[in-house]
Amino acid sequence: MKIKKNIAVNESGFLFNPATGDSFSANPIGSEIIRLIKDGKSNDEIRCIIIKNYDVVSEAFEKDFYDFVSQLRDFKLLEEE
Amino acid sequence: MIRTPTRKRLTIAVTGLNAIDSPGPGIAIIRAIRECPDFTPRIIGLSYDALEPGIYMHDIADKTYQIPYPSTGSENLFSRLQYIHSKEKIDVIIPNFDAELHNFIKLSKKLNEMGIHLFLPSLSQLEAREKINLFAFCQKYGLRAPKDVVVYKESEIEKAGKQFGYPLVVKGKYYEATIAYSFEQARGVFYKLSAKWGLPVILQEFITGTEINIAVLGDGKGSAVSIIPMRKLYITDKGKAWAGITLKDKRLIALAEKFVKATKWRGGLELEIVRTENEKLYILEINPRFPAWIYLAKAAGHNQPVALVKMALGERVRKYKRYEVGKMFIRYSWDLITDLDKFQKISVYGEN
Repeated sequence: MKIKKNIAVNESGFLFNPATGDSFSANPIGSEIIRLIKDGKSNDEIRCIIIKNYDVVSEAFEKDFYDFVSQLRDFKLLEEE
Repeated sequence: MIRTPTRKRLTIAVTGLNAIDSPGPGIAIIRAIRECPDFTPRIIGLSYDALEPGIYMHDIADKTYQIPYPSTGSENLFSRLQYIHSKEKIDVIIPNFDAELHNFIKLSKKLNEMGIHLFLPSLSQLEAREKINLFAFCQKYGLRAPKDVVVYKESEIEKAGKQFGYPLVVKGKYYEATIAYSFEQARGVFYKLSAKWGLPVILQEFITGTEINIAVLGDGKGSAVSIIPMRKLYITDKGKAWAGITLKDKRLIALAEKFVKATKWRGGLELEIVRTENEKLYILEINPRFPAWIYLAKAAGHNQPVALVKMALGERVRKYKRYEVGKMFIRYSWDLITDLDKFQKISVYGEN
């Protein structure tokens, strides 16, 4: 899973798609996940990092993570696989 | 001792001072020209109505003259321009209304002989892209446009409704478009628009998607000097962009290049595009002049109005390439306070 190369992401979690003009704001956890995806981490690695750093159980994280990734896909922010 | 080079002085006349809710591009063009470091402009505003805001914005036009409405014909316009030229020695005129372009194109040779330069498309280019010819025009050049039907009487509306389904778009001959959701609505809009702009009225297939406009400057030889795509972020009830952002999309640039190469377009131009969910690009309209948001192009790095002035004067202009993506404009309204005296001058004497 990769964020499209042309998507600009800043530290505050603001995303801008220069091809469509769409912009999005992610909350701090969303920003962190996007940064991890951009760093090339696998889904398992992302799960381990978030569970280690936050008070969340694996099942709950996976459900929220799946929803979040679906949103990124719907908003055309991910590279087609 | 080093002598400071003096900047060339140019007198440039501009129409479209109507900075209203459906604005003309004149104010944006003048702003862009005033920021050019290569020459010192004297700006002459050309207005039709005594209440065009640009007349009263004194950091915009140095002087404004009223000119006769396009419907009075090119000879009336010519004699008025002769008078203005005798006072101002105009170097370049930039006309900005679709409806006035016909007269200016017809006069361009005579004006050129007087020393007034224009940089406009030909009459055949102007007519080929008119709303009633849009679909055929785009087909000819391998471009995608919504299907349409030109309608002269009420009885033809029902057939178009069956062909396209509802909603469909009802468009006036020159201006205005309304989405109609039923035959009854389409009939009502047909009568309203035909009374206002005359016949025919155009019924067009309704295409949904993201609205994108592209500001283009063609050199008349098939090459685009500048292309800036902009997505509308806030759209008024008249369909005008009240906020927008520059985009980076190779397909939009390629579309504009294809258009200019095929038509050898000369002058400013705006392509109104819809990008559908499945990424198809449809041309909704081709406006034969700069758009009202043209200052965004300058802010993003392409000063299209200045390039047009230089090309009108026969200077070589290098093709603009890079521009700033994500540059935004947000339009705003402002109550300008003026005195009756200024309104009276333009109303009575036709100049201010």
